[in-house]
Amino acid sequence: MKVRLEHLTKRFPNSNRKIKTEVTAVDDVTLEIPDGQLAVLLGPSGCGKSTALNLICGLEKPTEGRIYFGDDDVTDLAPENRGVGLVFQNYALYPHMTALQNILFPLQNLKGEAKLSREQMTEKAMEAAKLVQIEELLDRKPGQMSGGQQQRVAIARALVKMPRVLLLDEPLSNLDARLRLQTREELRRIQRETGITTVFVTHDQEEAMSISDMMVVMRKGAVHQTGKPQEIYDEPVDLFVAKFLGTPPINVFEGKVRGGVLTVGADAVMELEDTPDRDVWVGIRPEGFIPDVGGPLRCGLVGVEVMGRDTTVVATHPACAADNLRAIISADTGIGSSAGEVRFALKREKLFLFDKETEERVPFRAR
Amino acid sequence: MKQSDLKAWLYLLPAILFLGIFMVYPLIDVFIYSFEEGYNSASQTVYGVGWYNYSYVLHDPYFLQAVKNTFIIVLITVPLSTGLALLISVGLSSVKPLKDLYQTVFFLPYVTNTLAVGLVFMILFKKTAYTDGMVNLLINQFGGESVDFIDGPYWAKMFIMCFYTIWVVMPFKILILTSALASVDKTYYNAAKIDGTPRWRVFTRITLPMISPMIFYLVITGFIGAFKAYSDEVALFGTNLNAAGMNTIVGYVYDMLYGDSGGYPSYASAAALILFSIVLTITCVNLLVTRRGRPGYAGAR
Ligand SMILES: Nc1ncnc2c1ncn2[C@@H]1O[C@H](COP(=O)(O)OP(=O)(O)OP(=O)(O)O)[C@@H](O)[C@H]1O
Ligand SMILES: [Mg+2]
Repeated sequence: MKVRLEHLTKRFPNSNRKIKTEVTAVDDVTLEIPDGQLAVLLGPSGCGKSTALNLICGLEKPTEGRIYFGDDDVTDLAPENRGVGLVFQNYALYPHMTALQNILFPLQNLKGEAKLSREQMTEKAMEAAKLVQIEELLDRKPGQMSGGQQQRVAIARALVKMPRVLLLDEPLSNLDARLRLQTREELRRIQRETGITTVFVTHDQEEAMSISDMMVVMRKGAVHQTGKPQEIYDEPVDLFVAKFLGTPPINVFEGKVRGGVLTVGADAVMELEDTPDRDVWVGIRPEGFIPDVGGPLRCGLVGVEVMGRDTTVVATHPACAADNLRAIISADTGIGSSAGEVRFALKREKLFLFDKETEERVPFRAR
Repeated sequence: MKQSDLKAWLYLLPAILFLGIFMVYPLIDVFIYSFEEGYNSASQTVYGVGWYNYSYVLHDPYFLQAVKNTFIIVLITVPLSTGLALLISVGLSSVKPLKDLYQTVFFLPYVTNTLAVGLVFMILFKKTAYTDGMVNLLINQFGGESVDFIDGPYWAKMFIMCFYTIWVVMPFKILILTSALASVDKTYYNAAKIDGTPRWRVFTRITLPMISPMIFYLVITGFIGAFKAYSDEVALFGTNLNAAGMNTIVGYVYDMLYGDSGGYPSYASAAALILFSIVLTITCVNLLVTRRGRPGYAGAR
């Protein structure tokens, strides 16, 4: 089921009644999630991801804008009539019911035409349980299950009615690192098997990159960029998106374009074609540095961290926006440093320019 | 290990000492008195030892009346007050505007003095030379006969007694239940909403089970409190409860000790122990039901 949001806006009255201004949690969001895909809403805390999700599932009514599932306008439908399944951040499993009772609960609410017999309900519940592999845990109450198991029960409960759209609000945030990885794969498998269009909310960019068909990067309620994870990583539209994706994060420098030459601090690092003079932010991905004795970027060496495959060079540069910059080089390349100085050549496609004021991407061509 | 055990006992000592002197010792004493025939605290003399006191008390029509009154009060007021309090709390937690005001209004009787409330009830219900009381005026309006609630027939007195008791115990229950309701995580309701759960089902399958520990707490303490009823009766009917036919077990014990017919600590002790065993039995039954029953379904009743 294709999901389309059109100019979706949600404003909350300010909780501090003295301040009359409203909080805009979701700001004119327009996007389309193709049928059967897994889309991730990604953004820092408080950027309106949960609110967007709540709008899609109907727990909140939008201030403006429309929501379509396929060709149906569901904006004014109650949650139960939209055919959505929602997995909450804390799972919200009913603690006094067993896993099976929890999974059965949505089915028992069905009325009229859709009403099921007891056998049909159990059959459907078992199907869902099988999908998330918790058949042997069905008699346990949530308190007797691990976080990962509870999460599966929550997914089973959301899936049992075979929703048109599955929504997950930071479902992995309560799990430890290893379990998170494992459950992530699991989730991906379940989504592929069922083919249900899924919207997944997270603030963890790594999680988002690894799981999604399509990524939506948000900030302060607005969508900054939509696209395939790799595309967004390779072609960020602005500094925020560039900074938000990637570990270690992108290195940002103050830079200038003067007479077709890009300088970072005192280093002239690149010659550009057809670029008028301007002040810029220069973003360089950690993997964009090549140690080179004759390279243009001269940095002070702080240290070298060897972690398995990769070697991270920690260095300083006067124009660097942060204290240190981090460059990842393959372990077999020496850094050829002497007396605390290290010099880098830069990979053209790992270097981005952003306008100093608007922080938007500035296209350029290297000569 | 040994050392820390010793320390623990040492820290507990003051509490144990006080509890021992003021709780355990009197309890044992009462137990002993209850088996001593004609114990006289002034001369410290006894005629004999045996079941005589119990037999006397159990054959005393005043005591039987008191037991009957107490049971009626318990059986009517505990379920009714808990149920009503639940209704009101659910109502309170679903209104938005003026919520605090309503909550305060419902809580006021709790901080009001029993005797002051008693006075208000007098005005509402008592027949005097000048007026029949507000409620009777109302009854008259609708063409009914005046009823004397304070000095009249037994059912009228019992009605006003239960009414009063419920009135007095409700605020506390409402307070507890509204906070219990407020503490239920909202996401459960959101989850239920997504599944299109009807309101009644949300209430019985989610809300009730979630607040059931508090309901059980209220039922158990409600039972215990109602069995120990006494001051409310005095507030309404004065100290001569036997004459009014509205005595309770605790009232009977008090009368046996200090009342006009007082000076019989043995009878009082026997009556007190009978009350104790009744309360103990009922509390145990209550706890058993709580443990056994699926939490939440025994609910308000
Ligand atoms: N009911 C509400 N009333 C007023 N403001 C709200 C309400 N719900 C959310 N907000 C505000 O809207 C903004 C977005 O909130 P939201 O919960 O969607 O963030 P989020 O992206 O899910 O953050 P997190 O990652 O921390 O969960 C926040 O600034 C929040 O304070
Ligand atoms: Mg959130």
